[in-house]
Amino acid sequence: MNITVLLKQVPDTTAKITISNGKVDENSVSKWSMSPYDEYALESGLQLKEATGGNLVAITCGPERTKKMLTDAAAVGADTLVHISDDGVTDSTHVQQLLAAAVKKYDSHVVLCGKQAADTNAGSTGPGVAELIDAACITLVSEVNHSEGNFLTIRPSNSGTEKVMVSGLSVFAFDKGTSELRRPNVRGIMMAKKKPIEAISSSDLGVNLSSSNVKLNSQNPPPEKPAGQKFEGAEHINEVVSKLRNEANVI
Amino acid sequence: MNFTIIAETNGDALHPTTYQLVRAAANMGSNSTVICPNGIGADEAAKINGVDKVISATGDCFNIFDGGAWASAISPICGDITLISASPNGREIGSRIAAIKDIPIIQDIVSMTEGVTVTRPIYSGKAMESLTISGNAVITLRPNAFEAALTGNDAPISVVNQSADVKIAIQEAIDKASERLDVTEADIIISGGRGMGTIDNFSHLEEIADTIGAAVGASRAVVDEWGMPHRMQVGQTGKTVTPSLYIAVGISGAIQHLAGMRSSKYILAINKDPDAPIFAVADYGVVATWEEAIPALKTALSELQ
Ligand SMILES: Cc1cc2nc3c(=O)[nH]c(=O)nc-3n(C[C@H](O)[C@H](O)[C@H](O)COP(=O)(O)OP(=O)(O)OC[C@H]3O[C@@H](n4cnc5c(N)ncnc54)[C@H](O)[C@@H]3O)c2cc1C
Ligand SMILES: Nc1ncnc2c1ncn2[C@@H]1O[C@H](COP(=O)(O)O)[C@@H](O)[C@H]1O
Repeated sequence: MNITVLLKQVPDTTAKITISNGKVDENSVSKWSMSPYDEYALESGLQLKEATGGNLVAITCGPERTKKMLTDAAAVGADTLVHISDDGVTDSTHVQQLLAAAVKKYDSHVVLCGKQAADTNAGSTGPGVAELIDAACITLVSEVNHSEGNFLTIRPSNSGTEKVMVSGLSVFAFDKGTSELRRPNVRGIMMAKKKPIEAISSSDLGVNLSSSNVKLNSQNPPPEKPAGQKFEGAEHINEVVSKLRNEANVI
Repeated sequence: MNFTIIAETNGDALHPTTYQLVRAAANMGSNSTVICPNGIGADEAAKINGVDKVISATGDCFNIFDGGAWASAISPICGDITLISASPNGREIGSRIAAIKDIPIIQDIVSMTEGVTVTRPIYSGKAMESLTISGNAVITLRPNAFEAALTGNDAPISVVNQSADVKIAIQEAIDKASERLDVTEADIIISGGRGMGTIDNFSHLEEIADTIGAAVGASRAVVDEWGMPHRMQVGQTGKTVTPSLYIAVGISGAIQHLAGMRSSKYILAINKDPDAPIFAVADYGVVATWEEAIPALKTALSELQ
């Protein structure tokens, strides 16, 4: 079974985001990491691989720096590393087209990704790719198991959680998973350094990217909040509650 | 330009965000068509001011949630701009519809003006971006970022039967959610962190939540270390919430927690450490232990009722 994980490299959650000239300055990002939910997708992919004896393909679309993340994925057990050069593509529709084409090229039976990336916070890619490859998609899953040709997953429902079954080509977009994430060992890290990364472009994938209908005007720091009011001691609670009622009008 | 709104429902009724979707379209000078999947909330939707017509979309495919099936049933009746709530289901259906129609999808916007120009938070609220979309698109709206439309209307309702292949099967419902309000739906949230000492002390927060109709949330420390349900977790790897009031008790305010709650309208922080980072985002900060502050808060709130 070919198991594909879609991994995105994003500024680490602790990294400061700096804006210059109306745009987020990527050069000033101090640390890049795998997007947090993608780590759970990868972990689940590794478990599926162990249970079924499959092959794990890790795919990313992004600039050169993202290759490091693929090597990190190899250190914990990814078998095939695929880097799609992004040519500055930012439109989600285009990213989805490239990823969907790669998923097909590597003949994937199941695709795992994050429920949303920590930079875009969108949640568009999993369902979008599923549509393009005509697959089922389940989002916000915390667990995926394989049993007799079917996938059994856990997702939240209106009344708690539910176990959902799908067969055939499927995309699972991960929420925080239930398993601990594995850490690479020294041998894994050494082996990963030697693992080749397959570089493919949009033309290799036969994807003809149309011009984007979405224009980025600017990126800006979030609006400043006025400085808060601080009170020393619980005896001020009454005053604060009356401010919540009369000043903020929220209770 | 015409707007189609896919209603967000809550049990048998409309979710409050549906009123916000209609208002957002009305602010653009457009009346809208509201699609009610499975017919839920159609009568209610017809009463919202700014609604031209309501389409009750019925069909077997709506019996369980399969975003793929819902999108293929709904997309043929969507117009130029489709608006949906940026809830998990809304984001999923929206992405599918955009992919079916090969049009852009913009998620989680907090404002929309002529153009169509929208703004949305990125990097978990560490920045905002402004985008202009030309042509048709699907747009999801962050709950509570837009005012709600008023009622009094009497729009016509038509029924359309739509079918689609459902690719998934529900095997079993596993645990029953608590009867408590969900953090993503609540207008007031009171969250506890490691500073609460033990999981049992959350009963004090629940009592307050019951007095003011709030939901109870938690930091990741409490979820990971004390076994609090993950659905209560607020932050980077939990829920993103935008209530009118967020009360953080015994939460330090790590960047990953702030990512989930910093766009709340008002924030009240209670923490014994005057230097806790949570105070930097709080509108109101009280430096005190919860043991002292919570009983006082309970009394003050019940005197208000
Ligand atoms: C990739 C990643 C993702 C993460 N995602 C999330 C997430 O989604 N949500 C999240 O919350 N965290 C997340 N975290 C964890 C985050 O970094 C913090 O570790 C966590 O938020 C700390 O929780 P806390 O504030 O409850 O605990 P602590 O940081 O231990 O803070 C406890 C606070 O309670 C105060 N206190 C102690 N006793 C009392 C008392 N008696 N009365 C009043 N105050 C008291 C202390 O002064 C302190 O400020 C993530 C971390 C990583 C690396
Ligand atoms: N450029 C990319 N390369 C690889 N995977 C991606 C990329 N963009 C998004 N994804 C995957 O899709 C998920 C959701 O992304 P998004 O739709 O941007 O929120 C991410 O968590 C990744 O798993």
